[in-house]
Amino acid sequence: MHETDMTKALIFTVKDWWESQTERPQITEIHLIVGKFTCVEPVSLKFAFEVQTGNTFLEGVELVIQETPLIAFCHRCQQEYAPQVGLQYGCPECDSPMEDIRSGRELKIDRIEYIFDEANKKAYAPNI
Amino acid sequence: MHQTFDAALGINLLHANQKGADHNRAHFDEWGITCFNIMSSPGAGKTVLLERSLAVLTDDLKIAVIEGDMTTELDADRLRQYGVPVIAINTGRSCHLDSKMVAGGIHQLEHQYNPVDFDLVLVENVGNLVCPAEFEVGEHIKVALLSVTEGEDKPLKYPVMFQEADCLLITKIDLAPYLDIDINRIAANVRQMNPHVTIIAVSAKTGEGLEHWFNWVKSQVLNQRSSATATEMLPA
Repeated sequence: MHETDMTKALIFTVKDWWESQTERPQITEIHLIVGKFTCVEPVSLKFAFEVQTGNTFLEGVELVIQETPLIAFCHRCQQEYAPQVGLQYGCPECDSPMEDIRSGRELKIDRIEYIFDEANKKAYAPNI
Repeated sequence: MHQTFDAALGINLLHANQKGADHNRAHFDEWGITCFNIMSSPGAGKTVLLERSLAVLTDDLKIAVIEGDMTTELDADRLRQYGVPVIAINTGRSCHLDSKMVAGGIHQLEHQYNPVDFDLVLVENVGNLVCPAEFEVGEHIKVALLSVTEGEDKPLKYPVMFQEADCLLITKIDLAPYLDIDINRIAANVRQMNPHVTIIAVSAKTGEGLEHWFNWVKSQVLNQRSSATATEMLPA
């Protein structure tokens, strides 16, 4: 259920960007970077996005999600490691707690692909 | 004929919520209020903890509560008995409070009271161990509760909530003797992912540990005040 709210937040954020453009473009793809150490399940997010964007300016837009793994850095061992989510978060070498997360907490709109349709461009042009 | 363009955004997916949270926090800072976001699964004991806290802390602090609940005002009514302003927010089908909902609560507080009179706003979030962890509401401090009845492994299973928490309250410790549970194991599991968290074990029923919690709350309000004063004194 929380992907529904995540999607709402995503749509608000994209809408902010879209409305700030002088000529509102037709968005075709939204590329997200979603870390594995977040509360987001990509499949649910895609489903919620499809449902919530029907009949809106985002209808038919493809949501492309790139997942990043959870990577932490152990300062004692001076090396990165991949904590085992659900089992063990501390360093496998020295057991120091997971303190410095280098990847996995991302919830980012990386980029947006869009088109300017010539016909639309005309429609947006001033008439005087 | 059309051409494809690419806009590199690199902005947080929850940017709109984050902006709202920053706005709320700016209000709290302006009024000299410290804000706690209190989160846990349903039934971990958030409301009873607030009842015990209001009964004691209102001697020293002027407190208001923003009470998130999916459908009812049952919890809000319980807290109103303690003579503090309680602003109830029904989230409907949403499983957490977001910054916009809390902004609505803050505006009510601003209209009905003089906000500079308050020291502390306690936001009781909707019972859920997943979603509230990602949605900031403008708090200075995140408090997570985990009751002994939920099991030692919950921090491992719901890591984001426990990794984000500034304070963990292990609640209902009076029940620990009846359960096959080790409180130190819970603490160790949380510290695996969050070594700097303050952990306080409490029982709202017997009162055990509550004094530590009250002192911690008061110390955080003082810290927040002195850091706000320090910021004001910084050269422009």
